[in-house]
Amino acid sequence: MSAPTRDKGNTVVLHVAESTAEMPAAAEPYTPPKTVTAEGVRPYPGAPAAPREPSLPRRRIANPQSPWSTAYRRLKRNKMAVFGLMFLFAMFLFSFVGPFFSPYTEGRVNVALIHKPPSASHWLGTDDLGRDVLTRLMQAGRISLLVGIVSMVLSVLVGAILGVLAGYYRGLVDHLIMRAADVLMSIPEIPILIVIGAILSDLKISSEYRIYVVMLLIGFLAWPSLARLVRSQILSLRERPFMLAAEALGLRDRRKLRHLLLNAAPTLIVVATLGVARAILSESVLSFLGLGVVPPTPSWGNMLQAANTLIDFQLRPWLWIPPGVAIFLTVIAINLVGDGLRDALDPRTNR
Amino acid sequence: MPRTIVEFVNLHTYFDTADGVVKAVNGVSFRIREGETVALVGESGCGKSVTAMSLMGLLENTTGRIVDGEIRFDGKNTVNMSRAELRRIRGKDVSMIFQEPMSSLNPVLTIGEQMAEPMIEHLHMSRKEAHAKAVELIRMVGIPRAEAIARSYPHELSGGMLQRIMIAIALCCKPKLLIADEPTTALDVTVQAQILDLLRELKRQLEMAILLITHDLGVVAEMADSVIVMYCGKVIEQAPVLSLFQHPRHPYTQGLLKARPSIGRRTERLYSIPGQVPSPIGLGNSCYFSDRCDRCMDVCLAQQPPLRAVDDRHSVACWLYEEGIRDVRSAARG
Repeated sequence: MSAPTRDKGNTVVLHVAESTAEMPAAAEPYTPPKTVTAEGVRPYPGAPAAPREPSLPRRRIANPQSPWSTAYRRLKRNKMAVFGLMFLFAMFLFSFVGPFFSPYTEGRVNVALIHKPPSASHWLGTDDLGRDVLTRLMQAGRISLLVGIVSMVLSVLVGAILGVLAGYYRGLVDHLIMRAADVLMSIPEIPILIVIGAILSDLKISSEYRIYVVMLLIGFLAWPSLARLVRSQILSLRERPFMLAAEALGLRDRRKLRHLLLNAAPTLIVVATLGVARAILSESVLSFLGLGVVPPTPSWGNMLQAANTLIDFQLRPWLWIPPGVAIFLTVIAINLVGDGLRDALDPRTNR
Repeated sequence: MPRTIVEFVNLHTYFDTADGVVKAVNGVSFRIREGETVALVGESGCGKSVTAMSLMGLLENTTGRIVDGEIRFDGKNTVNMSRAELRRIRGKDVSMIFQEPMSSLNPVLTIGEQMAEPMIEHLHMSRKEAHAKAVELIRMVGIPRAEAIARSYPHELSGGMLQRIMIAIALCCKPKLLIADEPTTALDVTVQAQILDLLRELKRQLEMAILLITHDLGVVAEMADSVIVMYCGKVIEQAPVLSLFQHPRHPYTQGLLKARPSIGRRTERLYSIPGQVPSPIGLGNSCYFSDRCDRCMDVCLAQQPPLRAVDDRHSVACWLYEEGIRDVRSAARG
C-alpha cells in the first residue's frame, strides 16, 4: 500500500478519496459475489464499491490515543495535581539529593551545639544532641518516603494478586482469601501495630533492620482493603463481553488475567497513590509512638517524638515544626495527585 | 458427501434459575458439513446462542449445564472434554464472532496485540511473527492502513471496522468452523451488507463451515445453505434454504416469512404472529407453539410433535404433516 507520508493539513475528504482508491489493492481479489436471494437479486446500496468507512482522520490514527496518553493529558490540565506532583518531586530531591550538599551528614553528637536555634550555619537549628535539624529532616524524608513507597508496592502486589485470584476463580479460593481479609480488617490497625511493634522492641532488632520490618508490617496490613477493591473490579470486568470473547479465543488463564488486570489498573493506580500517603502517616504514627523506626535512624515521626516535651513545644519550635510540616505537605501533595489521577483515569468523570 | 464437521446429537442444555429449570436447549440435533453455512434462526431466547455456547464450552461461568446429549466435533465429543482440551479447540478449530463488536474487544489493548494473542497461543508464533500476521489479516478483511490500525485502540474505530477486526481475529488460526452470533445485528444496513459479503468471500477462500446465528431472515437468504428454525429450545424445522423459503411447513416458519417486509408488496401493517413466546419455565407436554398456532389441533395440546422428514432434506416437527394425524383431522372435519 502506498500511503502518502505527509499528513499535516490534509482534510478528511481527501482521505476518503485516498482510502477508496487504495482499497482494491489492499484487499486481494475482492469482488462481491452476486447474490440471489428468495426475492431475486439482492439490491444493496453501493454493492461494487469497496468499503468506504475506513475514513478516520489520518492524524488520529498516526498518533494512537492510548488510554494512558489520554489520562496523561487530562492530568496535565489539573492544576492542583500538577502542583502536587511538582511538590513531591521537590520533596524527593530534598530528601535524596539534599544530604549530599550538607556538611553534617554524619550526625555526630556535638555537646557544644545542643538546642541551638536556626542560624546561618544550621538553617533549622540543632537538636538535643547537637545534630543539624535540616540534615536530619532530609535523611528522615528518605526513610519516610521509602517506607511509604515500599509498603505501598508490597500491599498493591499482595492485594492485587489475591484480589484477582479471588475475583477470577471465585469459589473456595475466593472464600479463603476474603475471610482472611475480613479477619485482618476486623481488628483495628493501631492495636495490631502497637502489639507487633512492642514484640519487635522486645526482639531487639537493630535500628537499620527495623525500617524493613516496618515496611513489611504496614504493607501487610494494607492489603485486605486493596484485595477487596480489586476483587470487586474483577468480578464486574469478567462479565464484560470482551472477556467472553477472550474465552472464546481459547486464551490461557494467564492471558485472561492480564486482560483483567490491565482494565483494573486505573483504579489500582489511584488507590496505590493514596496508599503511599496512608503508609507515610502510619509510619509517622508508629515512630511517634516509638514502635516504628527508632533512633538514631531518623524519620519524620520519631523526630516529632524526640521533641515531645512541653519545653520543646514552647521554646524550640524548630524541632517539631519542620517534620510536622513535611508530613503534612507530603501527604496533602500525594492526595492531590491521587485525586487528579482519579479524575484523569476514570472515564466517567469525562469533562 | 462432504465430511461432517460438527454434529449435535440430542443436546439438552438447562439453566438453573431461582424460579426453576430453564430448558434453553431441549433435544437439538443437527449437523454441519465441511464448507457449509448453516443458519440457526429463531426469536430471542429460543436457545440459538446457547446451542453455540454449548459447543464452545462457554457455559462454565453461567448456571448452565449440558444435561444430556453429545456434540461431536471432528469425531470427538466436546461435552466431556477437559477444560484444557476445550481451550485448545476454541479459537483454533472453532472460533466465534459476536453481536457487539464495540464491546467484544478489550478497550485497553491495541488491536494488534489482541489479534496476535490467539496466534501466539495456538500457533506458537513469536510476538513479532504474530504482529506481522495480524497486519496481513487486517488487510485481508479489507481495512486500509493496516499498520496504523494495528497500533490503534478499539475506541478509535467504527463498529463496522471493529466487526471486520473481530472476523480477522476469529479467522487467524484458520478455523474449521466459524460461529457468527448475530454478526450484523448491531451494525447499520450498508455496513451489514459489506460484512456479509466479506464473510462469504472469506468462507470461500478458507473453505470453512459457518454456523450463522440470526433472527434476520434476509441474512439467512443471503448466506445460508441450510436453515434450522428453533422455537423454545427445540428444532421445529430444518431444510435447505430454498426449500424453506419456498415451502415453509411449520406454521411458525410460515408466520416468520409472512412477517417479513418485502419490496414490491406494500401493506398497511406487517403480519405478526399472535401471542407471545411461552415462559421457558415449566413448559408442559403440548406443542410449544400450540397456543399461538391458528391451526392447532387436539393432538397438539396433548403431545409434542417429533421432528420428521417430509421429503429428502426437509424435516419439520408438526402434527400437520404426520400421516396418521392428517386422517384424524380430516375425520374431525368431516
